[in-house]
Amino acid sequence: MKALVTVKRVIDYNVKPRVKADGTGVDLANVKMSMNPFDEIAVEEAIRLKEKGVVTEIVAVSVGPAKAQETLRTALAMGADRAILVQTDDEVEPLAVAKIVKGVADEEAPGLIITGKQAIDDDSNQVGQMVAALLGRPQGTFANEITVEGDSVVVKREIDGGLETVKLALPAVVTTDLRLNEPRYASLPNIMKAKSKPLATKAPADYGVDTAPRLKTLKVSEPPVRSAGIKVADVDALVAKLKELGVA
Amino acid sequence: MANVLVWVEHDGSAVKDATLAAVTAAAKLGDVTALVAGSGVDGVAAAAAQIEGVSKVLKADDAALANALAENVAPLITNLMAGYDAFVAAATTTAKNVAPRVAALLNVAQVSEILSVEGPKTFTRPIYAGNAIATVESSDAKLVITVRGTAFAKANATGGSAAVEAVSGAAESGLSSFVGSEIAKSERPELTSAKIIVSGGRALKDAATFESTITPLADKLGAAIGASRAAVDAGYVPNDYQVGQTGKIVAPEVYVAVGISGAIQHLAGMKDSKTIIAINKDEDAPIFQVADIGLVGDLFTLVPELTGKL
Repeated sequence: MKALVTVKRVIDYNVKPRVKADGTGVDLANVKMSMNPFDEIAVEEAIRLKEKGVVTEIVAVSVGPAKAQETLRTALAMGADRAILVQTDDEVEPLAVAKIVKGVADEEAPGLIITGKQAIDDDSNQVGQMVAALLGRPQGTFANEITVEGDSVVVKREIDGGLETVKLALPAVVTTDLRLNEPRYASLPNIMKAKSKPLATKAPADYGVDTAPRLKTLKVSEPPVRSAGIKVADVDALVAKLKELGVA
Repeated sequence: MANVLVWVEHDGSAVKDATLAAVTAAAKLGDVTALVAGSGVDGVAAAAAQIEGVSKVLKADDAALANALAENVAPLITNLMAGYDAFVAAATTTAKNVAPRVAALLNVAQVSEILSVEGPKTFTRPIYAGNAIATVESSDAKLVITVRGTAFAKANATGGSAAVEAVSGAAESGLSSFVGSEIAKSERPELTSAKIIVSGGRALKDAATFESTITPLADKLGAAIGASRAAVDAGYVPNDYQVGQTGKIVAPEVYVAVGISGAIQHLAGMKDSKTIIAINKDEDAPIFQVADIGLVGDLFTLVPELTGKL
């Protein structure tokens, strides 16, 4: 079966984002960008399923600017077989991304679509669920463990109180949680090899998708700043503070 | 006035606290109808009818709705939305699973984890792990919204007297089935609704040390126990203890961070706490930049001393 993995180019998770002074957004000029951490987990899981003989081909897809090619090359270097960049300089909302992914899925007919549970820039946590809805397929969100059994996939999910296991009919959509796996690093030879793997470039219009935003961002601002705290010298001083707060 | 459908999160017998915050947010948009979906949910529907601010309760009782499988629940909600202008749910794992599916079926954008209602279609929400706050305005005909529970006061669980109306239309999709669950048992207050939280990080060394250091302090304070991702990944505690961007978002009265450096992903989950107390041996740890009260030193001597003096 074919696996489709979605990857997004986002600000590196170690970088502290700076809000632009004019309130139009977050300053991404000259900021280190990387593959969204949850998408690395998605790519890794697809590769592991291929290594187990469950998956035969891995197609990585990204929606974004020309530079998202780098992110796709990273996926190829990790072990994806080929890549599709749906190129646009517009900011594309989760619903439009989901429609594009549906378009790709209609052409590629993957047995499994693996997406990250959320992107660390817009923190939406929507695309996987929306892709599943648009395709009319089941979803296994926040996956902690994935096991393909014949024509279904068993997904152990991270939920608020603990874990839950569901069984989904294939084809299905799975979104990855942090503890699903530990993504591998791409080795230098594999990075070199990835340069010659196929990478197709498409446009949202190729899938008939209008990327006009439904949500208008009126303003982006800094979160409220906490007032500076104090340091206490010893435990007795801390106990006194706790008493003041009424918790001890 | 807009008609708002609110998802009632429950465990089969009781309404979860997070729902009460969603009701408060929904009431700012219009007239609130609560949707109780599940199997054998008469008790939950009766409880939902008592929530202040709820004017009607829709009860969808069907075996297909047990366990809230998104494939079965989303079409039901999508059909009901013909009569509503907005769907609102607390941003729990259950709602995060279902709501985007509903939004896609309605062909509308979802507004995730709102912090405030600024107008009929205008909301604020955190982006970049809470390092920026975006004000967004929806242009869609219908709204699908998830609510950050800690950002809204909880509606009173009693005092209301809404009528309960049964609705049908649920069906088994045949696409998915529930196999089982492993719910962590705990006598402690629930993390997301606790007034006091004691959280431990990687510095706790191992599961036994975490237990012997953090638990007595939490017991003394009547606190819930949380953890950083590092502590969860190292296996000190189960993953539903994790506080942060990818775990739970909390905003207790007092948050005690023990041996937690304060990575931005962790701060995203707790920096709206009223008072933050940090105990860490590294005086340059980022956690001290957000802490109201800091104590620098070895947690293995300080925490037992603190527990003993409370």
